[in-house]
Amino acid sequence: MANAETLNTIYELITPFNKKGIELAPETTFATNLELDSLTVMDLVAEIEDEFDIVIPLNLLPDLETIAHVADAVDKIVADNG
Amino acid sequence: MDLFDKFDPIVAQKSALPFTKADPFKVVMDEIISETEAMINGRHTILAGTNNYMGMTFAEEAVEAAKKALDDFGTGTTGSRVLNGTYGGHKALEQTLADFYGMESCMVFSTGYQANLGLISVLAGKDDYLLLDADSHASIYDGAAMGNATVVRFKHNDADSLEKRLRRLPEDAGKLVVVEGIYSMLGDAAPLKELLEVAKKYGAMTLVDEAHSMGFCGENGRGVAEEIGVEHLSDFIVGTFSKSVGTVGGFAVSNHPKFDILRTVCRPYMFTASLPPSVVASATKSIEGIKRAGNRRAHLWENSKRLHAGLKNAGFTMATEKAESPIIAVCLPDLHQATLFWEELILAGVYVNMAAAFATPGGVNLMRASICAQHTSEQIDLIIDRFIKTAEKVDLQLTDVAAE
Ligand SMILES: Cc1ncc(COP(=O)(O)O)c(C=O)c1O
Repeated sequence: MANAETLNTIYELITPFNKKGIELAPETTFATNLELDSLTVMDLVAEIEDEFDIVIPLNLLPDLETIAHVADAVDKIVADNG
Repeated sequence: MDLFDKFDPIVAQKSALPFTKADPFKVVMDEIISETEAMINGRHTILAGTNNYMGMTFAEEAVEAAKKALDDFGTGTTGSRVLNGTYGGHKALEQTLADFYGMESCMVFSTGYQANLGLISVLAGKDDYLLLDADSHASIYDGAAMGNATVVRFKHNDADSLEKRLRRLPEDAGKLVVVEGIYSMLGDAAPLKELLEVAKKYGAMTLVDEAHSMGFCGENGRGVAEEIGVEHLSDFIVGTFSKSVGTVGGFAVSNHPKFDILRTVCRPYMFTASLPPSVVASATKSIEGIKRAGNRRAHLWENSKRLHAGLKNAGFTMATEKAESPIIAVCLPDLHQATLFWEELILAGVYVNMAAAFATPGGVNLMRASICAQHTSEQIDLIIDRFIKTAEKVDLQLTDVAAE
């Protein structure tokens, strides 16, 4: 399960994209709940990459549907980078 | 289960567009009067959205060469480049392009789309990294999807964003950075010097797609890399014959000593028929013509600046601050108004491309004009005039430039 600190950082990064002020939770989805189009998702990913100083490959994106998915992926990439 | 059900949202999106008098997806050119004019639906129309930048579609030498090739070699090769589809003409065209670019090797593909698919899908393999500009053309994204590399996207035209990502990758991993000279939607030029220097600093190979810049950028018309003087930093240059060259086909040039091996590993090169001899012949003549076409290039730039200035002064919101290419795009506030604008403009006798927000970088609704070297100054003024009248017709608010 994603680490709370990672989740909180991601919530903060999502805020500017969360135009409708949807309440954020680990299970919130980008497409259906937040209604982000694929271009916006990619901009958000860029923000997350820069915040954590990692690279989130495009190949991973189709599997990242919820905030928890992203947080888990971020934690894993950070850990792999050692 | 009807397999077409999944397209319902797209069908709905499309049918929600308020087109009533014309449909941008169903434009039929009934008669091509010249490089710059056609009959569309019985109306005499100025073509300002055909990517025919250098106006080579009726270049006399190219037409003559195509006719002769038809007579001498027939209508098609009926085969792949690696089987029976390489004629003398294909080799001569590759030599012409290699000479044009001052590079060692050239591969001619059946389209530019396939050139990008072929190169990008194989150059970056399973353990390699592919770094793409966020606003890359579909053929670049599709090449990435077809290959096995880890795909990393950096912010459009942003060398810092590229550097940050390169810095995070393993130092010894293979890397390919892919950029375009001119981006096709907004017509903006890439800061190639900064981008390519960063790529080289991190040991990456570089591919520059000059699809929309060949013909008019650079002294010889080789593209933005020539113009800025960074061709030595480009490992691969990809281009197309479907724009400035005025026919169809694609190519890649390189100085890499092992370049030729790509002919045996690029599936989009091997598993499709080669270009017909007539197309090859006209492409060859057209490229030779482009090299000598300094005057045309100059006139094309004048046209582009004239159109940009005219629309900007009229108060349109321009996609770029100044004319960076013959692609001059204006931004419309919403899809509804864009639809009305496009429709009224074509009824007024000007064809441009409409690009809806979901298909453009930054989600803007665009009227995208592309200018031809054969447009006269009068035609450019007519286009400007019809843009202004159309704006009035659809109640598009233009900014009062004089007041600013
Ligand atoms: C940037 C870019 N690359 C490649 C292509 C593909 O060219 P072609 O029409 O030869 O398939 C295009 C044209 O659509 C393009 O805009």
